[in-house]
Amino acid sequence: MKHFLLSLVVIVSFSSAPVLASNDGVSLPHGHWSFDGAMGTYDKAAMQRGLKVYQNVCASCHSLKRIYFRNLADLGYNEAQIKTIAGEYTVEDGPNGEGEMYDRTARPSDAFVNPYANKEAATYANSGAFPPDLSLITKARSGGANYLFGLMTGYDDAPEGTELLDNQYWNKYMAGHVIAMPPPLSDGLVSYEDGSPETIEQYAKDVSHFLTWAAEPEMEQRKRMGLKVVLYLLIFTAVLYGVKRRIWANVKK
Amino acid sequence: MASGKREQFENPVVEWVDSRLPIFTMMQKEYGVFPTPKNFNYFWNFGAIAMFMLITMIVSGIVLAMHYTAHSTLAFDSVEHIMRDVYYGWLLRYIHANGASFFFIAVYIHLYRGLYYGSYKKPRELLWILGVAIFLLMMATAFMGYVLPWGQMSFWGAQVITSFFSAIPGVGESIVVWLRGGFSLDNPTLNRFFSLHYLLPFVIVGVVFLHIWALHVTGSNNPEGVEPKTKKDTLPFHPYYTMKDTFGLMAFVTIYAVFVFFFPNSLGHADNYIPANPIVTPAHIVPEWYFLPFYAILRAFTFGVNAYLLVGLGLAAVAFYPLFTKKKGSEISLILMAGIMVFSGAFLLAGYFSQLELDSGAKALVLPYSDAFVDAKLCGVLAMFGSIALLFVLPFLDTHPVRSARYRPWFKIGVLLLVVDVAILTVCGAKPAEGFWVPLSQVSMLYYMGFFVVGIPFLSKFEPIRDLPKSIHQSVLAKPQKIVVKG
Repeated sequence: MKHFLLSLVVIVSFSSAPVLASNDGVSLPHGHWSFDGAMGTYDKAAMQRGLKVYQNVCASCHSLKRIYFRNLADLGYNEAQIKTIAGEYTVEDGPNGEGEMYDRTARPSDAFVNPYANKEAATYANSGAFPPDLSLITKARSGGANYLFGLMTGYDDAPEGTELLDNQYWNKYMAGHVIAMPPPLSDGLVSYEDGSPETIEQYAKDVSHFLTWAAEPEMEQRKRMGLKVVLYLLIFTAVLYGVKRRIWANVKK
Repeated sequence: MASGKREQFENPVVEWVDSRLPIFTMMQKEYGVFPTPKNFNYFWNFGAIAMFMLITMIVSGIVLAMHYTAHSTLAFDSVEHIMRDVYYGWLLRYIHANGASFFFIAVYIHLYRGLYYGSYKKPRELLWILGVAIFLLMMATAFMGYVLPWGQMSFWGAQVITSFFSAIPGVGESIVVWLRGGFSLDNPTLNRFFSLHYLLPFVIVGVVFLHIWALHVTGSNNPEGVEPKTKKDTLPFHPYYTMKDTFGLMAFVTIYAVFVFFFPNSLGHADNYIPANPIVTPAHIVPEWYFLPFYAILRAFTFGVNAYLLVGLGLAAVAFYPLFTKKKGSEISLILMAGIMVFSGAFLLAGYFSQLELDSGAKALVLPYSDAFVDAKLCGVLAMFGSIALLFVLPFLDTHPVRSARYRPWFKIGVLLLVVDVAILTVCGAKPAEGFWVPLSQVSMLYYMGFFVVGIPFLSKFEPIRDLPKSIHQSVLAKPQKIVVKG
């Protein structure tokens, strides 16, 4: 057994290597997320609020192109509700039988609509800083949801001696601390129907929750399956050990 | 393979087949009754585990290839399509991505076991060399596989690794263009990498077959490092080792499953979830963890070879020359060796410090003719490939008659320190090449090279040969008596 433990130690020490190499030594805020841990699940109410924050705030610059309206079933919406949400969007379709492109109301089978026609338009409209697609953002930044939460709440005045250009802001958790995105959230910006506090912190928490789901929609299924698989393997390995002992019992040590 | 006399099988179908193609006889001989030393410890499980990982990688990879699109504009999206739309696509991909890491873990342990217990020694030299060939093929396969998702680390990792070849004088740039299939890294590169990533695993299967064939000719080494002599020393492979391997394998798979299901991205890099962008370079380009020691060796060369280093290396070669001759240890003058080494060391240090730039921009040691004529990049690339080449020639560097580190106390210290050394190199490889990480990686690189080039030949000549247990059976029955040092 000794070397299995040893290899585990090796793996764990290796896996921490990329984490150590993250942002300038600023340690991220450590939130308590319902999706943490081996039994973690998403909080549907938080995701629904997060969706609202995304739609009202982030979506004006950031696309979410890998998420389809039908995927919102994971947030606890039923078919009719998803149709209503999709119905608020217009998508370009076509060409039709006459070769023309045409606009129509979005259906559940459509993806979230990009705020800009193309990457160049997005970059131009944001003074040269392309707002990244958010479908994978929590996987694409070390720290995941904690990083995102930190970034939303990490705006501050630049320390003395730091020169910022127009359209630049200082953020505690951004690599290099200079970010082109203006502080996106402010208290009371989005109205919540469930009585949750309408504060920057709460918005940041909810939208990070929603985007974690967007990046890893399979997480709940993965962890549920993982528990069964690992439990099965543990029992099976224990049984195998018993059989091995039995078979080797007659070998003179 | 199995010709000559053949025992009859009771089952008529089996007998019909076997009398025409003796595959059952062969399996019975090679995996049923195959005499195997009875004293294996759990380190001997990792060959079977590596075999399991190879099959896992091939099976999951074939299914992934059914859904993957090898085109620079579609590759990233097709991987996300696998993750989101393909039934259990996320499971397949996480099995494959983490499988690479666990394949390397198994192979590294397997390789180190061979090193520690002297499994590379006569008559198993070719067996070892085939194993190192598999390792090299695995590295190429893993590298090309990591490029396929066409994320930022894929792209920039490929950029760094293909540009290694530009260090070759004269033809380097042309080789890089040839490897990339164009003047820059683009769709042709991705296409050929996909093609080769699909091909090489089957080449590995071929070499694995040769590796196992060679193993079944010589039989396995064992922790005592003495050949089995009588039937008392061995057990039939089945059921003893089939069972022990299955148990070890399942324990390994349990840890693997924990990563696949609960930490699927912990061994990867976040930047690879950003689509490749040729105009934005990531802050730190870091290879996958299993390449970090080699990456550290590459980057350890902040200096090239100049006149002083060349003289120093020449003197070192003179000092160590007797180690590579047929002379016995007692005939080699250690005093003469040490004397030349002092001069060699002085030149080497002068060569190093005359190239070391201080923070002020000045050289640490100002000497005439200190310009390097073999530049740092080429040295780094040569050292990196050299670190693997050394494994190929290891069977011929080590002429000590005792195999197992159990009976080689000097070698044991050196080979255990090698683990620490490689661990330090791994950490150095993950860190940016600045501050004290640079000298640390240089010292660690020196130990790695020194262990194989000087340490092993030195120990071959000077480490006392001790009495070994008469047989495996005897050593298993009673721990060996107090070992008497000869001479």
